[in-house]
Amino acid sequence: MDSALIPEGAKRCSFPKFTIGIAIVGAVLLWGVFAMFLCWFKGLNQTNMNDYYGFALWIWADLAVIAVGGGAFFTGLLRYIFKIDELKNIINFAVIIGFICYSSALLILAIDIGQPLRGWFIFWHANVHSMLTEVAFCLSAYFAVLTIEFIPNILENRQVNKVPFFHHLAHNMHGVMAVFAATGAFLSFFHQGSLGGVAGVMYGRPFAVREGLLIWPWTFFLFTWSAAAFGPCFTLLVTRITEAVTGKKLVKDNVIHLLAKISGWMIVTYIIAKIIDTIYWAMVTAPSLGFTLSHFYSNNGFYGYWILIAEIVVCGIVPGVLLVMKSTRENPTLRLVAIILGTIGVCLNRWVMVLQIMAVPVMSFDTWALYFPSWQEIATTILPVAYGIILIAVAYRYLPVFPQEQELNPVEPVTE
Amino acid sequence: MFPFCFEWVWDIGHAIFFGGFWYAISILGAGMTFCILKAAYDTMNDSGDSHH
Repeated sequence: MDSALIPEGAKRCSFPKFTIGIAIVGAVLLWGVFAMFLCWFKGLNQTNMNDYYGFALWIWADLAVIAVGGGAFFTGLLRYIFKIDELKNIINFAVIIGFICYSSALLILAIDIGQPLRGWFIFWHANVHSMLTEVAFCLSAYFAVLTIEFIPNILENRQVNKVPFFHHLAHNMHGVMAVFAATGAFLSFFHQGSLGGVAGVMYGRPFAVREGLLIWPWTFFLFTWSAAAFGPCFTLLVTRITEAVTGKKLVKDNVIHLLAKISGWMIVTYIIAKIIDTIYWAMVTAPSLGFTLSHFYSNNGFYGYWILIAEIVVCGIVPGVLLVMKSTRENPTLRLVAIILGTIGVCLNRWVMVLQIMAVPVMSFDTWALYFPSWQEIATTILPVAYGIILIAVAYRYLPVFPQEQELNPVEPVTE
Repeated sequence: MFPFCFEWVWDIGHAIFFGGFWYAISILGAGMTFCILKAAYDTMNDSGDSHH
């Protein structure tokens, strides 16, 4: 039915099977859209946010998708600026994942502000003393970069590419992609960093506050670094999931190994910096503000030392070591374990830096404030996942996303 | 956002924030304008040698 749109030489499932799959995920999407409209029409009383949790589950999801979406800017930087040619075989997919992550982040923000029709106020009436203003600027501009990077892939659709103007446009956009990639890296550095900076400058929250360099707390640099380190892990994870669902090898091993190796070294260097930062905060910063380390990890039913160990050791050191060592990196099972742990690790870091900050008691009369999101918050947080699955399915079906797919999966000619 | 907005102030904060923002937007706009104009030019001349 839609065979004219499918990339030449590529094999796809039947249209009815594809439609059923999209319909199932689409039902989840609609559930999220319903919750989104509830929040818009009835207000933020639909959530369990309160005076403690002005930043709730959404903001964790927002920071998490931005972090894992960092694979797009970092892979683009490596491909177009550092000229690592092998990565051309995965850059399209990294861009699509980044596009999904950043559009999801903007959608989450549109829900979170409660009045999406006033979203433009942050540009028009900008507070130039706020790191979040910088985040909003860079996030919007970087989403434009990702859209620009995604457009050539769309224009390479079998039918669209027959139109001469689109064919030339795709070609020309490829020609200047390095300029867009460099702009994207510049924007990503600042918005990833400023998201961390927001936590680091909260001097009223001893769990978050950090020293730093000039106006930037160390969390600024740690957030950028972690996004560049763990973003490629998520790209590799989604690639692996896509391969499992399609039952095909889509990217050659040498490309996967290279990206995994780069990610591994980035994780190792990041986690060393993170450990130094944590020790200094625990030994110097927090005590100078009248707190001991145990204050942040005891006297409550959820946040214990386990979360610190899980983030730094299990989901930081372990994936870093597994990806740096050639023998474990080239073992598919151990590599999969590493990229799953890495993805969980960066999400856990964002959870700690958004939600645990809000939960820790600050005043002597405070108690731990544990929070559970409402179903509307959960539905709107799952919404981007469903949207991402649908966009990846549609892109994979109709666009030449993986340049090595045909070579790795030759279609045998039909003999009658 | 613009100097004609009532809350605009000619200070270092506005210069850095909006300077950076407009700088990035200008690069993206100029890049896309170049690509679109060149694609129109190539289409009219239809060189037929563009492969990627």
